[in-house]
Amino acid sequence: MLPDQEAKIEGSALPVKTREQLRTYLEGKEITSSQFDQILNRVIDEYQKTRIEACEAVGIIAAQSIGEPGTQMTMRTFHYAGVAEINVTLGLPRLIEIMDARKEPSTPTMTIYLEPDYLGDRDRAREVSWQIEAAPLHEFGDITTDMENMQIVVHLNTAVCEKRKILPAAIIEAAPRKIRERRHYRDFEFETDGKSPTIIFMPKNRESYQNLFQLAEHVKNVIVQGIDDIERVVVRKESGEYILYTEGSNLKDVFDVEGVDTTRTRTNNISEISQILGIEAARNAIINEALSTLSEQGILVDVRHIMLVADMMCMEGEVKQIGRHGIAGEKESVLSRAAFEVTVNHLLDAAVANEVDELSGVTENVIVGQPIQLGTGDVKLIAKPLKSGES
Amino acid sequence: MCVSTRLNVLAHTMVPDHQIMNEEEVSGLLSLYNITNEQLPKMYHDDPVVKTIGAKPGDVVRIIRKSHTAGRAESFRLVVRRPKK
Repeated sequence: MLPDQEAKIEGSALPVKTREQLRTYLEGKEITSSQFDQILNRVIDEYQKTRIEACEAVGIIAAQSIGEPGTQMTMRTFHYAGVAEINVTLGLPRLIEIMDARKEPSTPTMTIYLEPDYLGDRDRAREVSWQIEAAPLHEFGDITTDMENMQIVVHLNTAVCEKRKILPAAIIEAAPRKIRERRHYRDFEFETDGKSPTIIFMPKNRESYQNLFQLAEHVKNVIVQGIDDIERVVVRKESGEYILYTEGSNLKDVFDVEGVDTTRTRTNNISEISQILGIEAARNAIINEALSTLSEQGILVDVRHIMLVADMMCMEGEVKQIGRHGIAGEKESVLSRAAFEVTVNHLLDAAVANEVDELSGVTENVIVGQPIQLGTGDVKLIAKPLKSGES
Repeated sequence: MCVSTRLNVLAHTMVPDHQIMNEEEVSGLLSLYNITNEQLPKMYHDDPVVKTIGAKPGDVVRIIRKSHTAGRAESFRLVVRRPKK
């Protein structure tokens, strides 16, 4: 391609992607410069035509375009990634979850990518997974309840500790601390001799067996290795690298684990993303999650509609739901809010607060029977009548 | 909230490029669309990205997104204080 043609493409008002497509199309084709100008002008014309016009009601088009295919989605679907592995809510429930901006999805899950040193080796990937997967104390040794002496004796199995790359001393330190902090149970004492991998727990109140059994339950299930929220980790090989899939999500703690690629690791918990990576990342997450949920069901919705929804949800700096407590509930207009849900409360509150409705939106104008300010309704034509007898 | 030392928020694939705009650029932007800066989308001052690039409330941040449709799209956000609940 000639340099001046290149400059013309670069200087045109076309989006980057269209420019790229034009370049690849013209690559290696013999055309005269007048033909080139013609092509470029036609492309620009075509692009201008496809742009949405001012005063077009894009919101309602997006609502319909997502809503109609939504009716065809399966009501309740679970997807098992691979064989008997992690199950993820998909289909309509997941889509509702995204739009509702729930604090926690019903099946939180993470996709953890590994750093170059770890991604090619199954054993090293497994090592990372042990740092992440929550493991209770009973997996590391034998726990016996000694009813005679009112105590619980834990013998750590050093072979297991070695295999899972954790020192027995670290477990001995973590177990009592975690029972206090995480399980909020404090009525116990413990003893270690500092040499053998053994801990002895005793309830403070040795009068009743109930305390002993309660303590035994806590000792058995206290998480001593891994991240508390992540219940299960599955290592899978995909396109030449090992990837960890988890049940449960904790982005912040996973990012601290050695070997985790902090540039690609992601979660399906959107509110967590907005806290850890910011509002723009949350917007991207909403788009990706909604798009993959829809396309997984074989439903094709134009990404522009989803982008509009994501933009609206992330407008104010935090993720807002589409509904009573978010976008619809915070509209300027009283009538518009009242038309959506809980009508009487809105009208009552508006009356108490002496609110004024400017009648600038669509809903409120439909209610009062005025032309809406969209499309042709937005154009105001003022005709100046000629004085009679002057024509 | 302490930010972990390992995590560089800006390096994550989901985080687009953020730049703080200078005053000239901001006034150019506002006059182009004939708006006030209050009409821009917002982002909170305690947003991890805002903290990393060091933007202050009142700054306007240019966001260069990788768009599904256009390839590259610019967007703008005004940094505001998180309202107290």
